Amino acid sequence: MASEDTVKLLGFWASPYSRRVEWALKLKGVDYEYVEEDIFNKSSLLLELNPVHKKVPVLVHRQKVISESYVILEYIDETWKQSPLLLPQDPHERAKARFWARFGVEKLLEAAYNALCSLGEEKEKALKLAIEAMEKIEEEIKGKEFFGGEGIGYLDIALGWISYWLPVWEEVGSMQILDPLTFPATTSWAKNFLNHPIIKDNLPPRQKMVLYFLERSKFLSSLPRGWIKI
Amino acid sequence: MAEEVKLFRNWAGPFALRVVWALQLKGVPYDTIYEDLSEKSSLLLHYNPIHKKVPVLVHNGKPLAESLVILEYIEETWKQTPLFPEDPYERSTARFWARFGDDQLMPSVFNVFIKQGKEQEEAIARAQGDLKYLEEELRGKKFFSGEKIGFLDLAFGWVANLVSVFEEIQGLTLIEHEKYPLLLAWIQNFIDAPIIKESWPPRDKLITKYRARIEFYSSKEAAKK
Repeated sequence: MASEDTVKLLGFWASPYSRRVEWALKLKGVDYEYVEEDIFNKSSLLLELNPVHKKVPVLVHRQKVISESYVILEYIDETWKQSPLLLPQDPHERAKARFWARFGVEKLLEAAYNALCSLGEEKEKALKLAIEAMEKIEEEIKGKEFFGGEGIGYLDIALGWISYWLPVWEEVGSMQILDPLTFPATTSWAKNFLNHPIIKDNLPPRQKMVLYFLERSKFLSSLPRGWIKI
Repeated sequence: MAEEVKLFRNWAGPFALRVVWALQLKGVPYDTIYEDLSEKSSLLLHYNPIHKKVPVLVHNGKPLAESLVILEYIEETWKQTPLFPEDPYERSTARFWARFGDDQLMPSVFNVFIKQGKEQEEAIARAQGDLKYLEEELRGKKFFSGEKIGFLDLAFGWVANLVSVFEEIQGLTLIEHEKYPLLLAWIQNFIDAPIIKESWPPRDKLITKYRARIEFYSSKEAAKK
């Protein structure tokens, strides 16, 4: 096996961004070496590979470095063309998938994380924004088993954090965003997603997540700061 | 097959310009609907209910928003004059830098022109650091995409289009010749390219518009103190 074909992924166990890359690689059956980064004590390797953002995930393939999870996902889809194809074939559907993936982070994830790490009025504002964003997601998933249609795809992977990270944040933050009564379609999608054999076996330990985000939320809510930009 | 392509845009919008350039470079006929963003038309709200923003591209009745997403769609739908590299790694590099441009460089550049005093000095240092990456990316290349204009040049088009306008308004040079010779050369090559030149918004109108914008944001910044 040519060593130049090896795939290395730098990630952080609690990051939904590095996890989604792992899901994509595993779905495609691509072997990779995983390197755990301590994001609070960044290694010189990370700083060398991603000097612009100094963040995980970073994928190294054939000595080339790719960063930013949504860029990595498209790279994976274009490089390993075997099934499942992550992005849809039709250009309009592809555009919609890219649009909603971005929306999921900029409007929903950011608001939910800010709600987790804020108190009082700030928290209420963030919660409201998160719920408004969730309404749009609910519209998108209505009538579909997966965002990608019949099988798991790019948008499911990009929004997958909703199924597992969000409930942890809700528990830690004593808040509710994904109310099953208001968002039945999304709730049902989240269950399906978590039940997928590849996803099920590739989730960070829940208790560890709860402790980790409890600490983050306590720390971040104690700081005088503005909106956290993800 | 009748193809109907409509572009909802604002005359000055840097994001819309990318879409205009892409359509022109590929020779795709389209109709333009100019939107006054202070009074959005019901048609725009129908096509982009999520963000209520321009640009919106409507192709055969199906709407698309987000200029970088639209550029990828245009590339996949009209295959003449390819704008993206073929190699997946080079495509990912282009996508990475395009987003860097929008998410990091654009706000840091804008800050240079609306902040004052010490904050402005810090903003300048930050923006010049970010611009250095662009200078590096141009090494050995005429355009970001190589010999010809491509996706990443369109994505960075706002740098060619707006920075000198801001510089003139505030009497401040950000893209200094000694520091960014390649970037300045790229700007000139980009501006001079025939298709790009045809769709360039009139400079005097840009100055008027952005003078008002910069004044608005500067006074907001000053009021914060």
